[in-house]
Amino acid sequence: MTTLVYLIPAALFLGALGLSGFLWALRSGQYEDLHGAAERILIDRDDKPER
Amino acid sequence: MSCCAPGAEMALDLDRVTSVLPSSQEIKLASRSLGDDIRQTDLSVPAVHCAACIQAIETALGKLDRVEGARVNLSTKRVSIRWRGDEVPPFVAALGRLGYQAHLFDPEVGEKDRTLSELIRAVAVAGFAAGNIMLLSVSVWSGAEGATRDLFHWVSALIAIPALAFAGGIYFRSAWNALRHGRMNMDVPIAVGVSLAYAMSLYETINHGDHAYFDASVSLLFFLLIGRTLDHVMRERARTAVNGLSRLAARGAMVLRDDGTRDYLPVGDIEPGVQLLIAAGERIPVDGKIVRGTSDLDCSLVSGESTPRTVALGESVQGGTLNLTGPLTIEATAAAKDSFLAEMVRLMEAAEGGRAHYRQIADRVSALYAPVVHLTAFVTFAGWMAATGDWHRAMTIAIAVLIITCPCALGLAVPIVQVVAARRLFESGIMVKDGSAMERLAAVDTAMFDKTGTLTLGQPRLVNASSIDSAMLAIAADMAAHSRHPFSRAIAGCAGFAGEPKVESVSEHPGFGIEATAAGSTWRLGRRGWAGARAAGESRYGGTVLTKDGIIVASFVFEDALRADARAAIEQLNNARVSVEMLSGDTAAACGEVAATLGIHHFVPALLPSGKVEYIETLAKDGHKVLMVGDGLNDTPALGAAHISIAPATAADVGRKAADFVFLRESLSAVPLALDVSRKAGRLIRQNIAIAIVYNTIAVPIAILGHVTPLIAAIAMSASSLLVIGNALRLQGFVLAAVTRAPSATRSGIRASVHPS
Repeated sequence: MTTLVYLIPAALFLGALGLSGFLWALRSGQYEDLHGAAERILIDRDDKPER
Repeated sequence: MSCCAPGAEMALDLDRVTSVLPSSQEIKLASRSLGDDIRQTDLSVPAVHCAACIQAIETALGKLDRVEGARVNLSTKRVSIRWRGDEVPPFVAALGRLGYQAHLFDPEVGEKDRTLSELIRAVAVAGFAAGNIMLLSVSVWSGAEGATRDLFHWVSALIAIPALAFAGGIYFRSAWNALRHGRMNMDVPIAVGVSLAYAMSLYETINHGDHAYFDASVSLLFFLLIGRTLDHVMRERARTAVNGLSRLAARGAMVLRDDGTRDYLPVGDIEPGVQLLIAAGERIPVDGKIVRGTSDLDCSLVSGESTPRTVALGESVQGGTLNLTGPLTIEATAAAKDSFLAEMVRLMEAAEGGRAHYRQIADRVSALYAPVVHLTAFVTFAGWMAATGDWHRAMTIAIAVLIITCPCALGLAVPIVQVVAARRLFESGIMVKDGSAMERLAAVDTAMFDKTGTLTLGQPRLVNASSIDSAMLAIAADMAAHSRHPFSRAIAGCAGFAGEPKVESVSEHPGFGIEATAAGSTWRLGRRGWAGARAAGESRYGGTVLTKDGIIVASFVFEDALRADARAAIEQLNNARVSVEMLSGDTAAACGEVAATLGIHHFVPALLPSGKVEYIETLAKDGHKVLMVGDGLNDTPALGAAHISIAPATAADVGRKAADFVFLRESLSAVPLALDVSRKAGRLIRQNIAIAIVYNTIAVPIAILGHVTPLIAAIAMSASSLLVIGNALRLQGFVLAAVTRAPSATRSGIRASVHPS
């Protein structure tokens, strides 16, 4: 019973962390072009960071 | 090799309409300001398809002056460009040099899809809550007792609150909307079931009860939201694919003021009486009268006529026609809202009768289902009250009945089949705009086809190339390359460009033809009477000829080619017990030939747009369910009036928007395929509903007798959902079989001819 006192909050916190990570990714537009993202890893960028 | 080998010239024909580049004024009008002197323009680039495309476009556009950055979105096939200054950088031309056609699209469709992000967020929240509650519930099922169980129930109740408020909100709003308008939809029993399950579980938790249904109410939402999101994604993909096609209506026009100054105005600001300059290759924005110039107009989208019309001073022109050969000055006779195009939209909206009254099968089932379920729950409550007098027990069992009948399987039964079906059609190049479209298509018994642009490609093709002297053909092609006239394009496309152009000082005489000099002779390509009437030798020459110093040296015969698989498609429709008819604005003779070659027994020629609508409405009154397949502006009202409509991707903008299905490939076999998939989808939907009902007839007695525990409810609901999803996936197998059975994409060798006017 005592272990539950910290195990349940820990489990919920980790779950919430994952959820908020997903919501952040969604809001920052990372899911807007899934097809494009899959192809972009094939592009060589000649060592120049993107503008 | 004959240059008119089937298929060889198709690639050349593709750029027929889309090669009209948007002018820089038009681009500026469509761009939006981001502040700090930076503007953003979104272009649709349908040809983008791989990493190399992305890199080529982004690098090339980034190198242009005053371009801040360019980003390609491969999913929506769009590129957004941020640029500075007043002048529009030449990015459309730059894209053109790379070989990508770019066009503007309506700014309103460029907005972010809010519904989708809301749905995805809701799925994420519901998934998180369902997972955690299920974890706690499993502990309870496996024997947690007393204080531990109460603690788990309390934690579950807390997790469920945000899930219900956020994810459930979608269902509560929809259910409330339906009830407020006196209707019933599937969301009403869902909303009632979920909220009652939560309320009862909360009561149980407070009173240290054994059974709480938090897991049932949240996982139900999770499953249903997945179905709804998939459905939305599918439809959105179809919508963006359709919107990505070229925009055909003019966005603005060059206005010539009385004092000689020129101004580029949006179409909405054009008033009757102003003079407009229309360059060759531009679409005429509003109805008007020609005050200067001569040209040929492509009216195929407006009237269904396949041959370009020659227009001269004083003649009236309709908005939406394409100016092909010469610059024109017209005086607007109507504002955009009174022009032909707007008139068609109005006719279409007025005709939209049959569709508004159509109720989807899911709604019809739920209209019966919800009252029955709620009545059963009430009777259960009354029965247990009468039998035991224990109101708490009666209430618990009545709510268990509601939970077990909560239409998880029924809610998934329809959308999941539609998603699978829409995906199969999408892979065959057919876009489904609306879920109910497949249900309506499955019911059709009559199919109406438009002729020009639908049964035929609406583009002339040179048929006698092999009988023309190749030297003459080469000269004709050199000359034809300077013109946008469809016949010129057919000649130029046929001969290809071999070697250096040999002709000089080419000039186009709108309405007549092209004149050029080569090796001291004057050559003319065009209308017979103008180019020269004297024939060398033979006298049997057609309407379009090539002359050398007034002597005819070659004549050209054109035809309007039939769409690939047109005959096979009509045969398949006949086999599917659908009677096929043809409605056209073209002449009886032209229609007769096409009808005869395709085996269509009934056709009505020379119809006005309203005539097509009337014809369809008469059939509808006799109880027929009519499918309309058409592409022109003049078909748009008919597309709206029919029970269901299909348009090719080359159709006019409003037509594509009005149609329920849009097919992107050239082959007309898309029509029977869509019908086939729709009918199979309809069958699966009915099966799924039957499965859901069978599940209920088994589960409900158990619930009424009071034997349902949260564990049984969870297992029963997941099992029925999985069954329904599994059944829907069978559609994939069906369609694969149908595709292999269908005849391969052979081009029908039969063609209808087009006579030059």
